[in-house]
Order: sequence, then structure tokens, then C-alpha cells
Amino acid sequence: MARVVIWGSLKPHTGGRSEVEIEARNVQELLARLGETYPGLQAQIKRGVSVSIDGLIYREGWLQPLAPDSEVFLLPRMQGG
Amino acid sequence: MSGITVNTKINGDPVEFICDADETLLDVLRNRLGLTGAKEGCSTGDCGACSVTIDGRLTCSCLVLGAEAEGHNIGTIEGMANGEELHPLQKKFIEHAALQCGICTPGFLIAAKSLLDKNPDPTESEIRFGLAGNLCRCTGYDKIVRAVQDVAKGMRNNKAKRA
Amino acid sequence: MPLDNAPDSKRKFNVVGTRPLRPDGIDKVTGRAKFGADASAPGQLVGRILRSPHAHAVIRKIDTSKAEKLAGVKAVITRDDFPDHTDGDAALYDTMYNIMAREKALYEGHAVAAVAATTASIARQALKLIKVDYEILPHVTDVDEAMKPNAPLLHKKMFTDGVDPKPKKPSNVARRFEFGHGDVEEGFKKADIIVERSFKTEATHQGYIEPHAALASMSPDGSADLWCCTQGHYMVRDVCARILGIDISRLRVTQSEIGGGFGGKTTVFIEPVALALSRKANRPVKVVMTRDEVFKATGPTSSTSMDIKIGVTKDGLITAADGTFRYQGGPFAGCSPAEFGAMSAFAQFHLDNVRAIGYDVVCNRPKTISYRAPGAPMANFAVESVIEELAHKLGMAPIDFRIKNAAREGTKSSYGPVYGPIGLGPTLEAAKNHPHFKAPLGPNQGRGMAAGFWFNFGGQSCVSLNIPTDGTITVSVGSPDIGGSRASMCMMVAEELGIGYEHVRAIIADTSSLGHNDVTDGSRTTFATGMACILAARDAIKKLCQRAAATWGIPEDAVTWEKGFAKPAGANAGNFAPLSLKEIAAASPGTGGPIAGHHEFSADGAGVSFATHICDVEIDPETGASKIVRYTVIQDAGKAVHPSYVEGQFQGGAVQGIGWALNEEYIYGKDGRLQNAGFLDYRIPVCSDLPMIDTQILEIPNPGHPYGVRGVGETSIVPPLAAIANAVAAATGVRFTQLPLSPPRVLKGIEDAKAKGKKAA
Repeated sequence: MARVVIWGSLKPHTGGRSEVEIEARNVQELLARLGETYPGLQAQIKRGVSVSIDGLIYREGWLQPLAPDSEVFLLPRMQGG
Repeated sequence: MSGITVNTKINGDPVEFICDADETLLDVLRNRLGLTGAKEGCSTGDCGACSVTIDGRLTCSCLVLGAEAEGHNIGTIEGMANGEELHPLQKKFIEHAALQCGICTPGFLIAAKSLLDKNPDPTESEIRFGLAGNLCRCTGYDKIVRAVQDVAKGMRNNKAKRA
Repeated sequence: MPLDNAPDSKRKFNVVGTRPLRPDGIDKVTGRAKFGADASAPGQLVGRILRSPHAHAVIRKIDTSKAEKLAGVKAVITRDDFPDHTDGDAALYDTMYNIMAREKALYEGHAVAAVAATTASIARQALKLIKVDYEILPHVTDVDEAMKPNAPLLHKKMFTDGVDPKPKKPSNVARRFEFGHGDVEEGFKKADIIVERSFKTEATHQGYIEPHAALASMSPDGSADLWCCTQGHYMVRDVCARILGIDISRLRVTQSEIGGGFGGKTTVFIEPVALALSRKANRPVKVVMTRDEVFKATGPTSSTSMDIKIGVTKDGLITAADGTFRYQGGPFAGCSPAEFGAMSAFAQFHLDNVRAIGYDVVCNRPKTISYRAPGAPMANFAVESVIEELAHKLGMAPIDFRIKNAAREGTKSSYGPVYGPIGLGPTLEAAKNHPHFKAPLGPNQGRGMAAGFWFNFGGQSCVSLNIPTDGTITVSVGSPDIGGSRASMCMMVAEELGIGYEHVRAIIADTSSLGHNDVTDGSRTTFATGMACILAARDAIKKLCQRAAATWGIPEDAVTWEKGFAKPAGANAGNFAPLSLKEIAAASPGTGGPIAGHHEFSADGAGVSFATHICDVEIDPETGASKIVRYTVIQDAGKAVHPSYVEGQFQGGAVQGIGWALNEEYIYGKDGRLQNAGFLDYRIPVCSDLPMIDTQILEIPNPGHPYGVRGVGETSIVPPLAAIANAVAAATGVRFTQLPLSPPRVLKGIEDAKAKGKKAA
């Protein structure tokens, strides 16, 4: 199970928890299951998220594989100038 | 609007054009004569991207009417290189990476040439004030100043060699 | 996908790290380079846009009949010409609303109609004949005012997202973000000293010298060509096609040379308008913004209001850091970079307890868009100002205080993830050892410093590399070159192929020639598109080796590539004289046809970036004017491909930051109108304001790139605001918490402090 850490203001959508565990092989699956389990997160996922997997940031990378013990951080979709 | 016929010299060549009374020299150069090297950054004389010389004097072409060019010699960036031979300022701007996006570059080159024509041995401060009418948003001016310093040094060395 | 092949730190480079002349140099010094406004088309019309004079108004009715009847007018368009094709995509809807107002005009300068006419003067006359019936509404332009409960509301249906429970009343606060870890309240209990301050910064503009320009040609059958200056022509294509309701493949966008962007050209403004005018007139239409329009109707960055609280122990360890970041993003939700401000604010520290709360606020100002490291400079100004103050209270040298608390490999960042190898510590150490740091200061001078952070990212790139029969190389990339990136692309290809830089030429291809390429932003181009160039070159090498293998009649894997030659891999492979790139290319028509290399991917593993800046400032005590007397930028570039252009990014970013700190600001009147929409009154730094900007490039390889490259474009604008504010505080003894540090503000600060001192005495 990947450990998914969400940012603080999304906590109301996960029953107040900042960390949840999700069974997923890759980022796409993770986001889909996250949205199914916590429908309140769907709006933000639709708006755009990037993820960090074990310290490396992926802006898109939906097929990026997840190890069973991966630590995933949900981040707002990266922007730049 | 009836057109005004204007006779002028641009980069040494005789040019005749017709323009409206309210057209700036910059508009004439860019829209009627196809000389798009001078850029419009502000149209208020604040950015220097449209710099040209009129009878050798540095001018913002957005602040001059096309009709006012009658009888004058206009110098633009298109006339700076001598055939295949780039002007030393043009060479040194490339060598020193004194341009990033390059939109301000024609104006800077005209202004720098005008400065060196008047003062071949400027201090850093004189260069900085001499180019203060030209805005560059990419470089922070550092490499532009160095390029101009390098050209001035080369010109001094050449002069010393000839003497 | 990140590469598993981490950079070989022992690799010796032949081309990378040198300083060759840029390929577009001659065009740019002779005036030949074609920028946005430099193109024209046969039969082209002049397009101009009518803009709202009001900050906030219902548009009851637009009467265009008189304008349409004016001789020479070929098309007039309004909101009615943009039926909603956005299909529930809120961000796209807002983009469409921004390029042509719908029910309401939301800021002064908001487009309400446009005309295409045979001449500029007819177009101007036509605009005057358009009658717009406005119902003027109360407006708000200040972020703190906009957050008050009784503020004029921009959107009746905006309920703050991200608060629990959901608010029952609408407000101008679109969203609340929270980042951090640990327990700040517990952390503050352990602190011996706590500093708490509030800060404000004004909106600034990217200030690119080239105004937006677009030349559109659209046929009634929906096929269209667009020429424009943008940081991302694929983005322009996709957004315009969706707004206009045409197939993406019908629209080809060609990117002109671009006269600066800095984030400001990462969206569309006039491009869909030019296309819609062209469609209606069935003729090419050219739209060029004036500078006034650029200031009023493009995308400056946010003005902000921030509170920072940091606690430390007596021996200088930070126990907790807490910040609130309120950013206005113009009239639409989700446009301010509040989340990036909050995420980046404390990123340079190793913290057990940290919390950053961001508010995305709407108000009656232009829709903000990215500006170099969006959101980070203002947050950094606030945080690094407090850090400096804490160091003084501790009696510690600010540099030592920063080194003691610096984020390092293994630190859990303030925004979540744990850092891999990062270059912050080395930039701080380099600053401490830099001669600038020990140089004596003159009268009225002060020295300040700050360290800053930016994320960087990769993104999508597609590169095609072709080898003509003379063995030279053409590289087609889809990332607009804003600061010399074509040179870097050529260098990396030359490096891989083992040939000279002069044999490679890179061009920026149009949107129909290559697969999608993301916008040139996020410091991504040299990193991501550069990596695609390397991989396309490797793909070409594979094919070159195949041709050599076939020529020799040996297996493909028995051929290696070395310094521009295919060679048998070893003695067992056979004894053949090496074949040069030139020879293989010359034979290519007979050995299987043209040779090309390709690569398309979504690059990740960009690697975060840190910089430390040192600044000396001299204050004129009579006028409050500040002069930067010395400035040094120290930044980690991973690996500098073309050091001159890396230095250029450091210097340019620093000077934009200097402008932000000292002079630049959007000034609004009580009427909600911008009072300084020109370069005379919105004062960006000029040559005579500045000293040379010294740079020191550190190279701590990024494990996510085969050469170790990190993006360098954005981080350099992050530390200057705080570095200058800290220098001004050192010079005057007054801590300023509001930017810009314009002469009247500094003078007042000095005089107030004097008066206070007298009173106390």
C-alpha cells in the first residue's frame, strides 16, 4: 500500500487525516482510487495535481510505477514562469 | 487622409515614401519600408527599442513623425553592418552574450554606437548613463556594458596601433 | 519519465560547458530576426480592441451597428462571437472570459469588443463608435480589502474552497491552502525568541519589452494559421482551438522570435481575438498590443499581504515557522500563485514544525499569470526578513544562522517531500567565503543576503533530429527560445554525436511539425527539451551504428559510437576502418534512406534549485533613494551547459528582483484604474541604476539528468527582494515590511525612526 500524504487544506475531504493508504500500481490508479474513496478530492484532482514519489516530483507521469512502500505527496499542479 | 511625400536618405540610400500626417517615423520604417529592425516597445520614448539616428543624432523613432524625416539622413540597425562585415559592437554583443531575447538589441546597438561615436573612451558610468534610455529586461545589463567596454578597448587599441 | 542513468560525474565534456556563439545571434544584431509584430500577410487588416474603462461593471448592451457601417471596417466582434465551447472546463472558461468580457467587465482594461479594419486609424475610429452600456458596480483592488466581509463581491457563487465547514456566505476568497508538518504551537513553546511580522508587496509586471502580437489567418472552413510571440505555441494552439470550437489539428501556430516573457506569455490574450476577427472578416488580421494594454490587460503577478511568525532557541535552532500568505490573482479563482508562495516560503529550512497557509483572493485587477518562480519572491521576502531579524536578536551572524538551519539531503521539505541531493548548503558556504562578504562598506551602506528556492519541473517535449547527406545536423524543437536555448540544444546534440557545435543547427518548429511541447516555463527547456535532444541524438546514433553494421556485414551490437565515428566494438567484431558521421550520411540514400533521430516524452526529475544572493545598498539619507552598489548571485546549476547564458539568467532574474524591491508597483486610484501604465511611471531598472551583477555558478549534478543539468531560469528572482530589504535595514537601522522600497517610503521610515528616537530620548 502506498502511503499518500495530502496537503493540509484537503484534510476535510479525508475525514481529517493527512495520510491515507491506497493500493495502486501507478499514479493514475492512485488518483482514480483516491477520488473513488474520497469523492471530496475529485475537484482538486480534476483541477490538476502533481505528485512527489519518494522525494522526486512528477508533474504528469500518470504511469509512473509505485512501489508497495512508496511515499507519495499530493501537490498542486506545478506552474512556472 | 491625404498622403505626404517625403524624400530622405536611409542608411545612405535615397528613399522616397508617402505617409499620413499622423504617422510616426517608426511606423513608416516598419509598416511602409519593411525595416522592422526598430521595435515598438512603448511608443512613448521610454524604452529605446525604436532607436535610430537622424543626421547622426540618437532618436526614438516613435517620437518623430515620418514627415519630419524630409531631407534628413536616417540611420537604422539594418545599415550597421558593412556588407558581410559586422560592426564590432554587433560582434561583441554576440560574443559576450549581451542579448537573451534580442528585442532590445537593435536599439542598444544604435545607442551604443552613438555613444562611442561621441566618446570612444567612456568610463563604466558613462556607458551606463549613455545607455540609460534603453530598457532591457533579460540581461540585467551586465553583459551589455561589458560588450561595449570591450569594443571601446578594441577601438583604442586600433587607434594606438595606427598612431 | 526520469532517467535511471544518473550523471557520470567523471564524464569529460567537449562542447557542454564551453561558450560558443548563439545560432540566432547575427539575425538579432542586424535587425533581421522576426518578432511577433514583424510579420505581415497579404491583404492583412489591423485589429484593435475596445477595453472597459471601469474596474467593475455589468455590460448591459453593446451596440456595434455604427462601427460596422464605417467604411473600411471588415469585422466587429464581441462576447456574442465566442459561444461557450468550454464544456465545463472552468479554467478554460475563465481564459475565454478574460480575452473577451461576458456578463461583466471585471477590471479596467478588460476587453469588451474588437474590430478589424483596413487601417489603424479606421480601426481606432471604429472603436469610438461602439456603444457599451455599463452598469458600474463597486470595486475592490486591495487584497486585504477584498477579504473583508463587506467587500464588493466579484462572484456571487464563490464560496471559499478548502475550509471546514464550508462557508455559507460567498466571498472573494476563492481557496485556502495549508501545507506543513509537525505542530507549530508545540514548537513555539520551545522557542526562546519569537519574531512575528506582517508584510505587504505590490503587484509587478514581467515587463517584457515586446508587447503581445498576433497575426491570424482563418478560413471559413475552420483551417487557420497563427503567428505570434508566446512562450508556448502548442498551448496557444490548444487553447485557441478549444475557445473557437475548431479541431486542434486545423490550427497551425508558428512561434515568432519572442521578446521576453518571464511567465507573462504562458497564456493567451489577443490570439483568440485575432483568430475570431479573421474568421469573421475572412482576411488575415494582425493585432499588436500597446504598452498601455500590456500593463492593463495582460497578466501581472499578485500583490500580497503576509504574516510570518518564527521561533528559535537561544542557540539558534528554529523550533517553529508559521506563515499566512494572502495573494490576489485578479478576478478569477485559482490564478494567484498563493499555493506556490505558501509551499516555497520555508523550503530553504530544516524544520520540525512548519505551517504555511495560503489564500487565493479575487479582486478587480487583471488576471494574474506566472512571473518567474511564481509566488515565491514575495513569500521569500517576508520569511527571509524575519530570519535576518531573528539572527540579530540572537546575536548570531545571519549567514551562520541560515547555515545552521539550512535544508539538506534528507530534510523533509516544508511542502512535504524529502529532499535528495540539493545545493543550498554549498551556496551558503560559497557566500560566506565570497570576497564580497568580507569587503568593507562605505558610509550609508548596508549589506543584506537571502537564500531562495524554486521547484523547477520537466514536462512534455518532442524533438526531431535530421541528418542530411553531408553529415551535418538539423534539430527541430518545439520549445520557444527566449534566452539562447537553441545554442544549448545544439551543444548537447554535438556533445552526444561527438561532432563540432558548428555542424548542428536548431530551429523552433511550428505546431504541425512536431508532437506537443509544453510551454517554455518552469525552468524546463534546457533540462527537459535538452534531455529530449540528447535522447534524440542517441536514437540517431543507434541508427548510424545500424547503417555501419549493415555496411560491414556485422551485427548491430558489434558497433559502437565514438567521437563522431562508428567503430567495431572490439577485435572480435572485425577489422574495419571507422566510418565517420559524414561517410554514413553520404551513403544513406543507398543504405536505407534518410537518417533521423526522435524523442518524445514527459520529463520528470527536474530537481529543486537554490540560490544565495548578497547585496550592498547605499541609501541617500536626504532623499531615501537606494542605490545597489554591489550584487552577487550564487546558484546551483547542476551542470551549466552554456555558462554565459546561465550567468545571464542569474543576472536577469536578480535585476528583475531589484526592480520589484525598489521601484516597481501597480498603483491604483480610488476609481480602480491603473495610474502608471507605462514605462515612465512603472519604472523598471535601467543601466545607470545598477552595478555589474557578479555570479558564481555551482555545479551539484542533478541525478535526474544525464549531464546533471538543473533548470536555472527562475530561482534567481527569489532572493533579491529579501536581500535588498535586509541591506536597507542594515544601512538605515529601519526594518521595512512593505515593498517597493521607493524613496518616499524609505525617507519616511528614516524620519519616523528619528522622531521616535527623539521621543524616547
